[in-house]
Amino acid sequence: MTPVSDIAALAERYDLVVVGAGPAGLSAAARAADLGLSVLLADENPAPGGQIYRAVTTTPVTERAVLGDDYWRGADIVARFERAAATYAPRCTVWSLTDDPAAPGTFEIGLSLDGKARIIGAAQVILATGAQERPFPVPGWTLPGVMTAGAAQIALKSAGIVPSGRTVIAGCGPLLYLLASQLAAAGTEIVAVLDTTPRANWLKAAAALPDFLRSPYLAKGMKLMVATRAKLRFVSGVTGLAAAGKDRLTEVEVARGGRTETIACDTLLLHQGVIPSVNLSNAAGCAHDFDEAQHCFVPRVDSWFASSVEGIAIAGDGAGIGGAESAALRGEIAAFDAARRLGRLTPEERDRQAAPISAELERCLRGRRFLDLLYRPAPQFLSPPRDDTIICRCEEVTAGQVRDAAKRLGVVGPNQMKAFLRCGMGPCQGRLCGPTVVELIAETRGTTPAEVGYYRLRPPVKPVTLAELAALPATEGAVKAVVR
Amino acid sequence: MTSGPRSADVIVIGAGIHGCSTALHCAMRGLSVVLIEKDHAGRHASGVNAGGVRQLARHVAEIPLSDASMEIWHRIAELVDDDCGFTSDGQVMVAEDEADLEACRDRVADLNLRGFRHEEMIDAKELRALVPAVSETCPGGVISRRDGAAIPLRATQAFKRKAESLGVAVHEGVRVKTVRRDGADWRVVTDAGDFLAPRIVNAAGAWADRIAADLGEPVPLEPIALMLMITAPMAAFIKPVVILRGRVLSFKQFDNGTVLIGGGHRGTPLRDENRTILDWRKLAISARTVWELFPIMRDATIVRAWAGIEGRMPDDLPVFGPSARHEGVYHQFGFSAHGFQLGPGAGAVMAEIIATGRSNVPIDGLGIGRFPQAH
Amino acid sequence: MFRPMHNDPVREGATSATLNFTFDGRPMTGRAGDTVAASLLANGVVACRETPVSDTPRAPYCLMGVCFDCLVVIDGVGNRQGCLVPLAEGMAIETQHGRRHFAEARA
Repeated sequence: MTPVSDIAALAERYDLVVVGAGPAGLSAAARAADLGLSVLLADENPAPGGQIYRAVTTTPVTERAVLGDDYWRGADIVARFERAAATYAPRCTVWSLTDDPAAPGTFEIGLSLDGKARIIGAAQVILATGAQERPFPVPGWTLPGVMTAGAAQIALKSAGIVPSGRTVIAGCGPLLYLLASQLAAAGTEIVAVLDTTPRANWLKAAAALPDFLRSPYLAKGMKLMVATRAKLRFVSGVTGLAAAGKDRLTEVEVARGGRTETIACDTLLLHQGVIPSVNLSNAAGCAHDFDEAQHCFVPRVDSWFASSVEGIAIAGDGAGIGGAESAALRGEIAAFDAARRLGRLTPEERDRQAAPISAELERCLRGRRFLDLLYRPAPQFLSPPRDDTIICRCEEVTAGQVRDAAKRLGVVGPNQMKAFLRCGMGPCQGRLCGPTVVELIAETRGTTPAEVGYYRLRPPVKPVTLAELAALPATEGAVKAVVR
Repeated sequence: MTSGPRSADVIVIGAGIHGCSTALHCAMRGLSVVLIEKDHAGRHASGVNAGGVRQLARHVAEIPLSDASMEIWHRIAELVDDDCGFTSDGQVMVAEDEADLEACRDRVADLNLRGFRHEEMIDAKELRALVPAVSETCPGGVISRRDGAAIPLRATQAFKRKAESLGVAVHEGVRVKTVRRDGADWRVVTDAGDFLAPRIVNAAGAWADRIAADLGEPVPLEPIALMLMITAPMAAFIKPVVILRGRVLSFKQFDNGTVLIGGGHRGTPLRDENRTILDWRKLAISARTVWELFPIMRDATIVRAWAGIEGRMPDDLPVFGPSARHEGVYHQFGFSAHGFQLGPGAGAVMAEIIATGRSNVPIDGLGIGRFPQAH
Repeated sequence: MFRPMHNDPVREGATSATLNFTFDGRPMTGRAGDTVAASLLANGVVACRETPVSDTPRAPYCLMGVCFDCLVVIDGVGNRQGCLVPLAEGMAIETQHGRRHFAEARA
């Protein structure tokens, strides 16, 4: 592996550019390099591992019991990548992925490293940008002191720090238990774990139970759940949440059916599952569909993880939530297919080499459906009932404003909603408001998220400074071809 | 939905600002109107342009339409029950050097000779007073004081909503397949059934050449995708919209502090896929221009770039007016990236022509007949 | 606000250097390898910016580059995502107040 810290050191073109150094990206890059492709792995973080294996090579937390065994598996994945002959560019943000009009069938990638931007070419691309927390818009969620559960995990893994005061963890999903146990083991004062899993979901998930019972999740999950519930105050059946305080969080209001309770606290950690990070795949023109089981927009991919744009594949949680182990396997499969597309493998060789990995992937994903159904958030946490709830954090647009525009002005989709209310026009490009805007429009107009559709995103998917852009090399053709 | 043909006095094809304005103004004259749109109102150029409401730097052939339109912009809320985000702080063209300034003087003199007074010269002192952030090296420029900007999608949809409230039947998500004569009427065949009317308006933007070709009036329309960029919010530093004479740039700061950078660099339009491909090397040229002329912007961050799909004619003038071949056919397209400001007035004039056969507003030089016709 | 796990100011297995930086002019210390956002949180900073829309205080929310609530000014350059920038010796970090203002860049 060759690390790069100066953008000028990147080649003009690569056979394969992989975006994202989580398990999927690391595995895809390693496999592709082993198959003889020239590979660049670009990632915006300073060290490899993505989110699930965040800081696995640099963490100050040495007590293995704190983070758990699964985390340390990431070190092996990184080590394998380090042995491969690929180029690795950390702290490198990919902000654009477009067709190359000069070389049809291949791509131009805009990236920035250390304050300098550049455009390079790629014959094939694998997007491995992973997942993000599902937005959890409750009143007061923008107050300092409210963060995502993932943020607390990142703080622990990468800096060995934990919330300093009374901490409440709220939401649903397997990560809730994992985080609670990790933070407790690290000495955090957890005053309550509030579970918003709708009771009705148990019945809906029952049909998927047999598979779950045969899956690896069961043993791990049960152990964790039992251990956590024994040590901490657990409140289940939570139907409403609100964070309160003046300029910073001081308490959380909890509703369970008709009863409400106020819990004084300094930190509130929210989590209700993860959803694919779709901004780059969307901006690159890949088709996305609304996945009913996972209740989120997911890129359309085939069994080799090829997207609807020929030459772009999407591996890992970015193609649909499957977890860390499945991510690594998906990355490998996408890499085999990239090699086949570039003529380095025949289809038969590809099929033969990928077969055991595909079988492993299938085993890995067994039991996911149960989790998806069990932890599907209740409607009031997808579409906040209180009109004064901010749903677009960047532009401070409220749920009530979206409902009003959908009803009174007949705004039928998020792209038009953007033009009227500015939601989705802030720097986060809809990452934290998109799903909520879709739910609110669907609810107001009596339709479904699938029918409402999602934002049409454009590059740059991360901001680029005017300075960086001004310093991009120009071509003669560009200077001449100007409309007056 | 596809049982029998639906008929009206006028069918308007395309719900951009032009189609919506024409539909509204026809309805105001008591005509029954069907408005057909393949996507949704304002989906393309009309909804994603820079929002410039500009008389500055127009070709003289467009100025009468532009004047008529400007009157409407300044009382837009009365017409469509929405202020459309219209603000008027003038538009300024910046001359970068003495040669530029001389060309500006010639232009203003020529306009004055023709009786147009909306463009005025400004010297270095007034330039710096209006545009304090501009580089010290710029010797002056031209101002059009009544100019300004509006919010394009909001304006287009306000016209559509007002038209609907006056009885216009709007059919969105309906694509026109072909247009042909049917007795005294025109039959507009769509993927949701047929429509009949004695008069049709081709306001189909970057797709209008196909309608025109169907009617035996082919035109050399070129789909183009002009690119725009917008920054994160910045402290207020500029009120008027700024354009350059010598280079491609337009520049506008909104109330919320974001700065829109446009001007005319082209991306690649894919009009049958409803998408465009951005060209970052050309956007870099815009960035460099801003860097040189507005040092205050050097700290800016670009948070989004995009391009709409527009129709350009080779002489950069729209196709506006009655068909050269057929009774009852009217064309209103090819606005070549400067049609937004013209929309309100062009719709009023078109409705007048449809209803009375003529208009007092001169539209010479804009007819479809200027292109070689098929025989 | 955050603190080192187990209240150990040296932090478990810490072999990395201590870095000096300032926040709004106040001297602070951090650990080499931490991001700007983590360093601010570890030093008890509650809010790192005020929004351009309503000047409301905000703090880092996701720590993974998605939320853009951790925007700060670093060495005079604004709109930097603090969760993606590693702390460096001598860095001058400032609260990002509302809309970006132009400092001295008037060359």
